[in-house]
Amino acid sequence: MKAPPFRYHAPASLSEAVSLLSNLENARVLAGGQSLMPMLNLRVAAPDHLVDLGRVSGLTGIVDEGQSIIIGAMTTQRAVERSALVARRCPLLAEAVAHVGHQQTRNRGTIGGSICHLDPGAELPVVAAALDAELRIAGPTGARRMKFRDFPEGYLTSQLAPDEILTHVAFPAIGARTGSAFLEFNRRPADFAIVSVAVQITLGASDIVTHAAIAFGGIQGAPVRFAKAEEALPGRPWSAAVGETLRRLVPELACDGDDLYPADYKRDLCGSLLVRAMTKAAARAGGRDV
Amino acid sequence: MFDPRRVTLVVNGNPVDRMVDSRVHLADFLRRDLKLTGTHLGCEHGVCGACTILVDGASVRACLMLAVQADGRRIDTIESVAGDDGILHPIQEALSRRHGLQCGYCTPGVVMTLLELDRDRDGRSLSEPEIRAALSGNLCRCTGYQGIVDAALDLFGPKNIETSTQPTHGSST
Repeated sequence: MKAPPFRYHAPASLSEAVSLLSNLENARVLAGGQSLMPMLNLRVAAPDHLVDLGRVSGLTGIVDEGQSIIIGAMTTQRAVERSALVARRCPLLAEAVAHVGHQQTRNRGTIGGSICHLDPGAELPVVAAALDAELRIAGPTGARRMKFRDFPEGYLTSQLAPDEILTHVAFPAIGARTGSAFLEFNRRPADFAIVSVAVQITLGASDIVTHAAIAFGGIQGAPVRFAKAEEALPGRPWSAAVGETLRRLVPELACDGDDLYPADYKRDLCGSLLVRAMTKAAARAGGRDV
Repeated sequence: MFDPRRVTLVVNGNPVDRMVDSRVHLADFLRRDLKLTGTHLGCEHGVCGACTILVDGASVRACLMLAVQADGRRIDTIESVAGDDGILHPIQEALSRRHGLQCGYCTPGVVMTLLELDRDRDGRSLSEPEIRAALSGNLCRCTGYQGIVDAALDLFGPKNIETSTQPTHGSST
């Protein structure tokens, strides 16, 4: 089908974009359009106004700020995929972004668009959850910052006000003796994940885990941190036995199922993916890539 | 509601200056307004890849981009690929030789994806898994993909492997 009628706006500056959003009723922000355009064509979305951020300056680029890698919200997924800086300083993001859609959609799809859209099957929100990325947001009263953990409100819904725009995402840079891994399961590569997992762990003396972060996608409306497992890991080295301990915690995960992928099936995937991802991340943290 | 916008862009090397309703996507603009019907529409929601074109050299689904968003951009479609004399591009030639198409509906999108792949590989030879991954965004319901992959392997695969010029069905060697 074709998109329903709307008025199109192409502001040249962030303040102009925010002002349009403040003054227009039923307006939607258009970033890369790789989720919104299908929703328009399928008439799932019918905004009266589209505010295209494509001509707004200052929203693209990848900058190393030491503690964090700052990525402009309109930076394409393809640019992140090809960034040597991201590969070196935020390997979890680099590994995950290659799973996002196809090259033809990554050429247009943006980091900020994917994070704001919050599709349960999307990869980038899961990375943002695991690393607790910081979101930089512009609105009519100025800029504010929010940790990703406070960002999702529910299925496809964030805490962004209708007149706010995500401008940058700050992903914490990977530290010493730290390894990460992103894995997902789907029926064909490049499909939305049925379940995805992003993990990052830090090792101390004698390879003892000192810190762990685990996030799942696909099991609830928004990405979920697996706090129970994160708390169980520190204090001992990673091993297959520890993996079995984690697996035993998985039944406690709240998990939404449907007829195609029941909750129990998704929990099985969570357990298997988690152990595989942790094994990879531990090896990487120890300086051995797998 | 009609929301006409002026767009100026370059399509296949030719400057274009038109008014277009803002809700018209780029594939419809190319097909209806510019009569460039080589860009095909399959699903019209970003899944099938039939409408793949190049925007400033990067492969893009033309159904997932508004024509107004192409203002100021350089667009290349399948119509730009063969020579003016009708001589096929090597990618088209290989697809023909390897029976990489039957009905041909997906072929324009496949060719545009392979053009980008050829540029991005920068002379490096590609493995079959790399080629299959690159083609994963283009659905074909006829060939089972083998002919398309064979054509791409002919062009981009390791050169030390001897390739047959006979059409193959079910074998990539």
